[in-house]
Amino acid sequence: MDRNLIRKALGAKVQFIQGDEACAYGALLAGCTFFGGYPITPATEVAEVMARLLPKIGGCYIQMEDEIASIAAIIGASWTGAKTMTSTSGPGFSLMQENLGYGIMTETPCVIINVQRSGPSTGQPTLGAYGDMMQARWGTHGDHEIIMLCPANVQESLDLTITAFNFAERYRTPVLVFIDGELGHMRERVIIPEDDEIAIVNRTISNVSPDEYVPFGVNGDLVPAFAPFGAGYHTYVTGLTHNEQGLPRASSAEVHNRLVRRLADKILNNTDDIVLYEELETDDCEILLVSYGITAGVCRDVVATARQRGVKVGMLRLITIWPFAEEAVARLAQQVRMMIVSEMNMGQIIHPIREAVAGRCDVRLISKIGGALHMPAEIMEAVEQWR
Amino acid sequence: MAMKQAEDLREKYLRQSMFPTIFCDGCGIGNVLNYTLWAIDEIELDIDRTVFVSGIGCSSRLTGYVNADGLHTTHGRALAFATGVKVANPDLTVIVFTGDGDGSGIGGNHLLHTIRRNIDMTVILVNNYTYGMTGGQVAPTTPMGSITTTTPYGNSEWPLDVCEVARALGAPYVARWPVTFPYQPIKSIEQGIRKRGFALIEMLAPCPTAYGRRNNLRALDQSWKWYKDHSLLVEEYERIERFGTDAERATLQGKIKVGVFQDSERECFSDQWRAVVERVKLKA
Ligand SMILES: Cc1ncc(C[n+]2csc(CCOP(=O)(O)OP(=O)(O)O)c2C)c(N)n1
Ligand code: SF4
Repeated sequence: MDRNLIRKALGAKVQFIQGDEACAYGALLAGCTFFGGYPITPATEVAEVMARLLPKIGGCYIQMEDEIASIAAIIGASWTGAKTMTSTSGPGFSLMQENLGYGIMTETPCVIINVQRSGPSTGQPTLGAYGDMMQARWGTHGDHEIIMLCPANVQESLDLTITAFNFAERYRTPVLVFIDGELGHMRERVIIPEDDEIAIVNRTISNVSPDEYVPFGVNGDLVPAFAPFGAGYHTYVTGLTHNEQGLPRASSAEVHNRLVRRLADKILNNTDDIVLYEELETDDCEILLVSYGITAGVCRDVVATARQRGVKVGMLRLITIWPFAEEAVARLAQQVRMMIVSEMNMGQIIHPIREAVAGRCDVRLISKIGGALHMPAEIMEAVEQWR
Repeated sequence: MAMKQAEDLREKYLRQSMFPTIFCDGCGIGNVLNYTLWAIDEIELDIDRTVFVSGIGCSSRLTGYVNADGLHTTHGRALAFATGVKVANPDLTVIVFTGDGDGSGIGGNHLLHTIRRNIDMTVILVNNYTYGMTGGQVAPTTPMGSITTTTPYGNSEWPLDVCEVARALGAPYVARWPVTFPYQPIKSIEQGIRKRGFALIEMLAPCPTAYGRRNNLRALDQSWKWYKDHSLLVEEYERIERFGTDAERATLQGKIKVGVFQDSERECFSDQWRAVVERVKLKA
């Protein structure tokens, strides 16, 4: 793909755009050439930008008949070697669950943007929420690991979508980018990074002949080399438990163990690379605000106010949600008296936090549902009250 | 054609490590595979540039036996995956194996829209009137009155005629043959692959294990005779329907229309999309 064409399609270097649009921009910068999607508030703008820009760079946009078909199409397209993406919100993400597992099982790189709204069911279509955090982890059936990133602002929606593609390519697995309706529709100033400011990762392509190729055989890093459809490698791709040759071995405990544990390990052995987080004023903090997504901006504000008032507050902002930042949370649990977790749901990420804390400090939740964001004042009030 | 040996074709096109197959004795799915191999050999299809896609079911297992790129997907979704493959790389030939349950039940919506878009692919839909893999439950194609494990007192729903649906949606190529016809299916598969656009070949195939044994069609000769007795070429069927006497028309009762239902031209998705790209693509 011609990089100049992508830049030409994106336009001015500095723009005032929405989170949704930023995700689409990030995808194009990462080299995405295929998008299959289905409209849903508040994610529709991602698809609209892709529909407008992909033909300009010679890529392909296709609106599928539903979200099941959308994720199916991007997985199929990925097997031709293309970088592919879809976007959706809660109801659509629910529909994608079965094929998400297929993508994991078949080691297919692709990216799924979920601009979250509240549920259950149709809920509040136009308002933001973070109610799908656990569905992302456990929504598809069976044992598995998933990579999920949570941008906190519009610039990061662009930057982390690029990272998501890089992880998808590097680890050959679907990667989720989760924002919410507020961030998706919020406009901020965004700087489109230059090519020398971004790393672009491409999946490792097989360099052996078809005769020597073992489609799901691995070397040290547990990620098999890829051979695109049409290159003469005759790869059989199946969601059934399969051996290294890709052939079904659905009744073998041994093959199943080897496969499913490797699929988990290729992610878990690389948490140093995958687990991203930000610490703010944590050196001496006694109270730690843990947050992610749009709420992080609010917590940042609270840290500043608290410090002005002489209260030792810090922040841990989770950027990668899955795999979970266990080590960071466990480390900080030894230092702080209390963690205050602010979530736009009834308490989801507080569960892995509690697990990592393992009783070493107090963990409290400030839960918010219904569409409104947390106010700095209410978190500050909790800090004052609980300190 | 007479020179060609089935053995040679198996040697040439099949993934030997996958044998023996999962198919029961007397199952018609193997015949469908043989016809397909014969057809792709006749037209000298470039197997390296062909992708076989399927869903879940006995019929959908066919992709595994062909030594080519294969995508064995989730139940009902083969056409959506196949759309992604074809649209992302229009130079590849895409052939889908699916069942009646996979392709017209759970996957019915994808069938409608893949035909509507006219994605260039050949869909070989094996209709055995039942959900074979799960042990013989009622399918959208099960004839009224048939006994299945979930219609123990006889099916009370009208069956779907997949070919009529495809024809109504304007699929450029639509044909139906029972596996008991030896040459016509091969010709149709050839024509389907050659067709630029969506081609549906519905293959009526016996499933003695899950369907036949509950409906007096367990023995091979019984079921093959049943297809012979019940099939009527579409031209003849429609002539009688339109111009036949009352007595002639009465003979159509219980008959299955077989043959080529549609053979037409219609611009396919990739051509339309290419035109869009040519119009709007930026200059470097
Ligand atoms: C989502 C989902 N639902 C149900 C099943 C169980 N299932 C497997 S095969 C099958 C039916 C297949 O029937 P058909 O497509 O007609 O193929 P056949 O086995 O008759 O060739 C069903 C219901 C499944 N695998 N996935
Ligand atoms: S169950 Fe029926 S369709 Fe499946 S392999 Fe046996 S005979 Fe064939």
